[in-house]
Amino acid sequence: MKPFTHHEGVAVPMDALNVDTDQILPARYLRKRKADPDYHLYLFHDLRFDAEGAERPEFILNQPAWRGATVIVGNENFGGGSSREAAAFALDAFGVRCVIAPSFGDIFFSNCLKNGILPVRASNEACARLRKMLHARPGATLSIDLEAQTVTDPEGGVLSFDLDSFARRNLMKGLSPIGLTMEHDPEIAAFEQAYAARAPWAVL
Amino acid sequence: MSEPRTMFQKIWDAHRVLDDPASGETLLYVDRLLLTDSSSFHAFDILENEGWTVRRPAQVFGVPDHFSPSGGRTLDAVDDADRRARIEDLKRNCAHWGITQFGMDDRRMGITHVVGPEQGITLPGTIVLCGDSHTSTHGALGALAFGIGGQSAHVLATQCLWQKPLKTLRVSVNGTRAAGVTAKDVILAVIREVGAGGAFGHVVEYAGEAVEAMSVEERLTICNMTIECGGRGGLVAPDEKTFAYLEGRPYAPKGALWDEAVAAWRQLPSDPGARFDREIALDAAAIAPMVTWGNTAADGLPIDGHVPDPAGEPDPDRRAAMQRALDYMGLAPGTALRDVTVDHVFIGSCTNGRIEDLRAAAAVLKGRKAKVPALVVPGSGLVRAQAEKEGLDRIFIEAGFRWGHAGCSMCVGMNGDTIGAGKRCASTSNRNFVGRQGPGARTHLVSPPMAAAAAVTGRLTDVRDLMSEGGAA
Repeated sequence: MKPFTHHEGVAVPMDALNVDTDQILPARYLRKRKADPDYHLYLFHDLRFDAEGAERPEFILNQPAWRGATVIVGNENFGGGSSREAAAFALDAFGVRCVIAPSFGDIFFSNCLKNGILPVRASNEACARLRKMLHARPGATLSIDLEAQTVTDPEGGVLSFDLDSFARRNLMKGLSPIGLTMEHDPEIAAFEQAYAARAPWAVL
Repeated sequence: MSEPRTMFQKIWDAHRVLDDPASGETLLYVDRLLLTDSSSFHAFDILENEGWTVRRPAQVFGVPDHFSPSGGRTLDAVDDADRRARIEDLKRNCAHWGITQFGMDDRRMGITHVVGPEQGITLPGTIVLCGDSHTSTHGALGALAFGIGGQSAHVLATQCLWQKPLKTLRVSVNGTRAAGVTAKDVILAVIREVGAGGAFGHVVEYAGEAVEAMSVEERLTICNMTIECGGRGGLVAPDEKTFAYLEGRPYAPKGALWDEAVAAWRQLPSDPGARFDREIALDAAAIAPMVTWGNTAADGLPIDGHVPDPAGEPDPDRRAAMQRALDYMGLAPGTALRDVTVDHVFIGSCTNGRIEDLRAAAAVLKGRKAKVPALVVPGSGLVRAQAEKEGLDRIFIEAGFRWGHAGCSMCVGMNGDTIGAGKRCASTSNRNFVGRQGPGARTHLVSPPMAAAAAVTGRLTDVRDLMSEGGAA
C-alpha cells in the first residue's frame, strides 16, 4: 500500500448525492484482477463512456481541466452500497489519493484506508463551499496534509479534519494491518482458548 | 446489578480480544467468515503476497454465488473466461487452505446469505463477516453480521477484526401488517423513513410486535436490506422461532451442546431499560405494498402513490438527485406508479430467494400467465429442490417464467443475467442503483407477490387487487 503523508493535486467537484460503489466501479468489472492494466478505465466507467466506448463529454472527469484529478470532493453518502473493495482499486488505479465528502458508506471508507486513499469527512457546508470554488476554478488543486490533518484550498482556506490515530499511522506508513495485528497473537490465542470453553458451539 | 445492555453490546463484549486505547478500536474475535467468488480472490492474493496462513479454516466457508450461471450447474455454462476463473479461484483457494466450499456442483450451493442460515453456519450471538455488504442478513438469527469489503484477508490470517464501537438504532415496528403486506414492504418503509445513508455507523435492532410475529425467513429479508439505509448490521432478538429454525441444521450444535447453546442464546436479547443511541417507531398497519421509483432503496412509495415531482423539493442537491433519478428511470412526475409498465420480472436474490418468497410469488401466479419475460432464481440448491418438491417450479414454468439455478443472478447481473438498456424490471432484489441490472437497466424494487403481480399484468400492480379477484392466497 502506498503511504500517504502529503498530497497536492487537481480536485474534481462531484455534486451528486449517493454516488454508490456500483457507479464508482460497475459490477461487471469485479471479475477483473487488480493487476489488470486497464483497471483505471473501469473507474466510473458507465459515467465516463457510452455503450460504444466513446467518452461522454458531459461527465466531469472527461473535461480537460479535470482529466488528471487526484482528489474528489463529493456529496452525501459517497461510496454507499456494495462493499466492493474494487471501487478503491479503481480509484487507486486512476490515481485518486483523497476523497472529501460529508458522509461515506462505512465499508467504502474502510476500503479506502486499506488501499492508500485518504477519505476525509467534512461538513456539508465545507464540502459545498469547496465544490463551488472548484467549479469556479477548473483544474485548481487542493493540498492535503495528513500529519496536520488539514486541507488547504486555492484561496488559502484551511479545513481541519479528523482521522483516528491508528488509521492515520497505518496510512502514513503504508503498513500492512495484518502484520500489526499479528503482534497480538498471544492475546488472540489466549482469547480463543477461553472462548472455546465459554462458547464451544461457536468454535469449529 | 450491572447496567442493562443491548444485544449488540452483549455480542461485542463477548468477542472483545483487546482494546487499543490510542485508536478507540477493539480487536474482535470472528466466529464465521464467509467467502464469495466476487471478492475473496483479492484476499487470497494478499495472503499469498504477504506470506500469511489461514488461522481457523474450519470457521470459514466459501460459496461461488455472484458469477454462477442461472442456466446450469457446470462450468461449461459459464461463458466468460474471467467469471469461470473467479469460480475456480474460490474452489482452488478453499481446497488449498482446507476451507469448506459449497461449489456449483453441490446441491447445498446458493447465495452466501441464504446458505449460511440454511446450513446453521450462522448462530445467535456469533460474529459473522463476509466481503459482501448484504452480510447484514445473518443478523436475523441474532448474529452480529456485517460486510467488510477488503478486510477478508485480515480475518483469514488473524480470525479477528479491528472495529470502532458501533452506535445502536432500534427500529420498532408495532402493530400488525395488513394482508398482502410483506417483510419486504416493511423494510422498504423503514429505509424510506431512515434515508439512504441515515443509519451510517449504526447496528439496527428490529423490534416490536410486527417483527416478533415474523417468521425467521421474513426477518432475514428485513436484516438483509439494513445496508440500504447505511446500517452496518441488522439484529433481531433470537426467540423460540429462531431456535426451532436452527435445530437440526447441519452446522448447528447437537445434543448437550445444543442445550447449552440455547441456554446462552436466551440471555442475548437486549435487557429491559437498555439504552439505544437512537430509536424510531413505525406502525405496521400503516404500511402498504411498496415499490421504488428512483435509484436508492429509500426512494420507495406505496403502490397507490405517484412519481414525485422534484419541483416540490426545496434542497437543491436533493432536487438534482431526484431529477437525475427520474431521467434515468424514464418517469414523469405525477405518473401513477400502477400505470408504469414493466419489460421484465426477476424473483430471487439474498433478499427474497427463500422458499417462503417462492411460495408467496407462486400463490399469485397459480393459474395465471406472465405478460413479460420473467426469471425466478432460488436462493440455494436446497430451496430449489424444496420448491420442486412442492410443485412450485411447475407453477412458475406454466406462468411463463424461466426456472433458474441458484445464485445472485439478476440482482447484480455479474453472472451475465442482465436486462437491456432502457428496459424496466420489477425485481425482488435489494438495489435499484443506476446500472445495477446491466447498463441502462431500470429497476423497481418490490416484494415477491408484487413481482408476480407485475409479471401477470405487465405493469406495477397492487397485488391486493389480484388477491381480491380470487385464485391467489
